[in-house]
Amino acid sequence: MITALEVAARLVIVLLVFLTVPLLVGQMEHKAMAHMQGRLGPMYAGGFHGWAQLVADGIKFAQKESVVPKAADRRVFELAPFVALLPYLIVLVVIPVGPGQSASNLDMGLFVALAIVSVGIIGVLMAGWSSANKYALIGGVRAAAQLMAYELPLVLAAASAAMAAGTLSLGGIASAWTWWWLPWQGVAAAIFFVSGVAELRRPPFDMPYADSEIVFGPLTEYTGLRFALFLLAEYAGIVVVSALTVVLFLGGWRGPFAEHQLGWLWTLVKVLSLSFLVIWLRVAYPRLREDQLQKLAWTVLVPLALLQVVVTAVVRVATA
Amino acid sequence: MTAPGSGLAGLPGSGLARGLAITLKTMTRPSVTRQYPDVKPDLPPRSRGVIALFEENCTVCMLCARECPDWCIYIDSHKEVVPAQEPGGRERTRNMLDRFAIDFALCMYCGICIEVCPFDALFWTPEFEYAEYDVGDLTHEKDRLRDWMWTVPAPPGVEASAEEPKELVTALKALEKLEKAASEGEAS
Repeated sequence: MITALEVAARLVIVLLVFLTVPLLVGQMEHKAMAHMQGRLGPMYAGGFHGWAQLVADGIKFAQKESVVPKAADRRVFELAPFVALLPYLIVLVVIPVGPGQSASNLDMGLFVALAIVSVGIIGVLMAGWSSANKYALIGGVRAAAQLMAYELPLVLAAASAAMAAGTLSLGGIASAWTWWWLPWQGVAAAIFFVSGVAELRRPPFDMPYADSEIVFGPLTEYTGLRFALFLLAEYAGIVVVSALTVVLFLGGWRGPFAEHQLGWLWTLVKVLSLSFLVIWLRVAYPRLREDQLQKLAWTVLVPLALLQVVVTAVVRVATA
Repeated sequence: MTAPGSGLAGLPGSGLARGLAITLKTMTRPSVTRQYPDVKPDLPPRSRGVIALFEENCTVCMLCARECPDWCIYIDSHKEVVPAQEPGGRERTRNMLDRFAIDFALCMYCGICIEVCPFDALFWTPEFEYAEYDVGDLTHEKDRLRDWMWTVPAPPGVEASAEEPKELVTALKALEKLEKAASEGEAS
């Protein structure tokens, strides 16, 4: 039986992962993006190739004045960054990193994960509405429209994985994974990943922020630590979306050897590779226009996802 | 266009793949960035960084100050009497330089002062790190200008096919004449 001490230990590990892996991804973004653009990126903070740049950024943000606009809805404005960040922390609890190794092995893990991830968008909406700024409001509404459009293909793709495995438990899905899921569920994996990136409002899907036209969208009025929390939420979101894609479509802890001892390592390697892909997409592609964004979701991703669900169902029935 | 992968250009998504390929290729290539305060830039020898003063050559003729379009050169001097070299000779007066300052806040780096100096007392140097916190501090006095002389690069060498400099040709001719005279003297 799981004792209270063990639960506490697991939660501490989850918290540590939550505090370190997003920073790792952030640092990777600094350096990988710089080199992709023919630059060096941070080189001074911490001495060796600017490894402590994000720590320095954090200290800088903490020193800044926290401004709340006079016309803003103060309580909503102050609460928004936490609403944006906390869901990603909670989702990490249900993500398995090895066979049976997750902080909480729920039977409906997938359902819980998708439900909680969707809460993050509320934080952005709150920020956009409460800032009393037209750019923030436009950005917030765009973010909401984006969530509406991309939540459907995301859920359909996840449903395809759940149907293929015959379970809603994240650990169960990763256990049921075999190599031929790659061709069979490949389309669903791509749809899930692209929709996930779009829900994070990462470039090239960053129309809600679009700093060249609406300043910084919902984050326009944020300063100091609250702004840093939004940035952290973005990186935590990358980790969570990558981790969910890995668990659902790439076999989670499956690796070439020592799956039971090194499962966490394979998971981490896959998550970081997918995070790199998120950064890579950001550097390679320009921002999609609002209509292109909606068109991609409704005319490409949703029909493809429906088709994938049908294919999954047919194969399931035929092989049963 | 004959870019790599152009044979696949018709396929949907080939443009997306090329975008990814280009960024990945750039990432693996070493960056050409020089980290300036740690690594000094190699500036060409004739860079217009700052104007150096070779004080020993200056005769206080004031041509530079008069030609300066910005009036940014300040010169103060006094006359000194040099006693006669030989008994019965005449005493001579000489201009002594007291102050030579260039206000680099006004200077527009046209280089007219350097062109106009008949005694080769002013030079360009590639040195450029003389920023100050106050505009007034950009007026640099003659000791600072003299120190910059050490950073003046040697003049570029003559091209391989060029004529020898005039001075060198006359000196060589004179030497030849002397040697000829000496050998004739020995022979006779």
